[in-house]
Amino acid sequence: MSERILSSSAALAEALQEEMRRDETIFILGEDLVSHAGIFGQFKGIPEQFPERIIDTPISETCIAGCGVGAALTGMRPFVDFHFSDFITCGMDEICNQAAKVRYMSGGQVKLPLVVWCPDGGGLRAAAQHSQSLEAWFVHMPGLKVVMPSEPRDVKGLIKAAIRDDNPVMFFQHKKLFAKEGPVPEDDYIIALGQAAVKRQGSDVSLLCYGSGYYLCLEAVEVLKQKQIDAEVVDLRTLKPLDMDTVAASIRKTHRAVTVHEACVTGGFGAELAARIQDELFDELDAPVKRVGAKNVPIPFSPTLEDFVLPSVDDVVEAVRSVTYR
Amino acid sequence: MPDDKKTLMELYRKMVTVRQFETMAGEYFAAGKIPGFIHLSIGQEASSVGVCSCLQPDDYVITTHRGHGHMIAKGADLKRMTAELFGKQTGYCKGKGGSMHIADFSIGILGANGVVAAGLPIISGAGLSIKLRKTDQVAVCFFGDGGANRGPVHEAMNMASIWKLPIIFVVENNQWASTTPVSYSCSVKDLYRRAAGYNMPGQKVDGNDIMAVRKATTQAVARARAGEGPTFIENKTYRIKGHFEGDPQKYRTPEEVKKWQEQKDPIERFSRLLFKKKYLSRKLADQIQAEVAAELKAAVAFAQDSPLPEPEEALTDVYVES
Repeated sequence: MSERILSSSAALAEALQEEMRRDETIFILGEDLVSHAGIFGQFKGIPEQFPERIIDTPISETCIAGCGVGAALTGMRPFVDFHFSDFITCGMDEICNQAAKVRYMSGGQVKLPLVVWCPDGGGLRAAAQHSQSLEAWFVHMPGLKVVMPSEPRDVKGLIKAAIRDDNPVMFFQHKKLFAKEGPVPEDDYIIALGQAAVKRQGSDVSLLCYGSGYYLCLEAVEVLKQKQIDAEVVDLRTLKPLDMDTVAASIRKTHRAVTVHEACVTGGFGAELAARIQDELFDELDAPVKRVGAKNVPIPFSPTLEDFVLPSVDDVVEAVRSVTYR
Repeated sequence: MPDDKKTLMELYRKMVTVRQFETMAGEYFAAGKIPGFIHLSIGQEASSVGVCSCLQPDDYVITTHRGHGHMIAKGADLKRMTAELFGKQTGYCKGKGGSMHIADFSIGILGANGVVAAGLPIISGAGLSIKLRKTDQVAVCFFGDGGANRGPVHEAMNMASIWKLPIIFVVENNQWASTTPVSYSCSVKDLYRRAAGYNMPGQKVDGNDIMAVRKATTQAVARARAGEGPTFIENKTYRIKGHFEGDPQKYRTPEEVKKWQEQKDPIERFSRLLFKKKYLSRKLADQIQAEVAAELKAAVAFAQDSPLPEPEEALTDVYVES
């Protein structure tokens, strides 16, 4: 496959254009999409190519989510842009009580091919209502799938898989990663939902991460190398369904695990990972599973405060040192 | 819609079917044969049957927790409905949904809903879908006076209006939102007046007069099919039964209920018209009642004879497996 260097935004735009050319039932719905091709430039080229299939809405998150449900129930494949993942609270009934359950409640009569696309995460000094990482809420909801890519290559392959999936998919992309560049194949390729990737082989500890946590881990790996600690990096990419086989294979090799995400630690996805690891791999562990995440407070505004609250490379290094006893 | 004898007699039979279905459900619930809780639409048959009589089979309907009448009016199968109420494997939802989640997507029923007014954002999506697919379908969303006060109504009506979506919003103002009277909970006496805020036609309709309901709905459907946008219809009606079966109803007097029953019963009123037109006789009315009763008896037998779902069935239908 020939590759180019693309940003995550460009990878997303390319994937969407390819999918929209392939399937005319796909359309994009959300706030402030057309004039700037999305507030992060993530829909570049789409308003020109598909003017009837990228639709600006009023500021009506409840109805935007509900429109996604209604359109998906009646033959379309909506891609709903939630602007900031924080606003998902205004669409919770539509996502959790309707989208997640309609197939089940109706005894399997329908499919619901809906992507709810949510820019999330902190570090932009955007304070407590524009900076959250809420993925764990949706992992808790039967009927939803949850995807959280890190690199541009994954964005393209996973967004295509999410669009082609017949279930509602929550797709989270960190706002600070939109400009991040990386190699992206030119081809039409799919990364199946529920497939983690071992992105760096290591022997001493498994760093289980996703989204922005992946980049924290990459930096931590370099620091750890200097301390003669060889860390393996597992990018989960999809939280639900979870690729527990890849997680288990890694832990059987390293016997130590640290979970890394930007969401606050309490009730975060790391808790689910830690629980499953102790349940399924207890005898493989040489140390307790350590969790890295944000401190358990709302995300604050002032840079000194926010930097203190969000997880850092040092936090990952410290956690690894504590489980490797070095 | 035509008002010939055949059509009107079908409507009468439908109204009788809804009434008898609801009566049956109440009886089997009281006898402990139907689990959970159910909400009956007795007294509101002119609205459900009248509105749905103006629709085509491929038009969409979303209903509410009080949705049995809308389901039957849109053509749902009585056996599968009854089996669902009984929690049986042969029910519409294989026993996973119950009364509040019955749906039949094959005839455009996008579902009942356990969350008040939750249907409005979903109907907007159905309306948008119709517009994008360029079909001439319309979409109807039923909700109640209780639901009318929820926020999603505002978003959905505004969106439907700016995009001229082919939607008919039908509020069945049955005077009571659970235990709360509309006179207390609503800022206006006539809910249809809220339509003006969305630049949408609003119509007040005697919701217990099926001919009035049909007239208003016919206009709204024609407007929607012509691409002229949504309409807000307020069917004034009355909830004869409690909010749920077993509701002690301490919030209202038996006299109030009796007044509506005796003076405004929608089936009695329609019968009088049919008698006047000589379409219906006492004998024919009895015959129709008996035929519907037989149909429901068969539905109940089907439900009772059907197996309960195997416990492990609870783990299926969560996702579409690829």
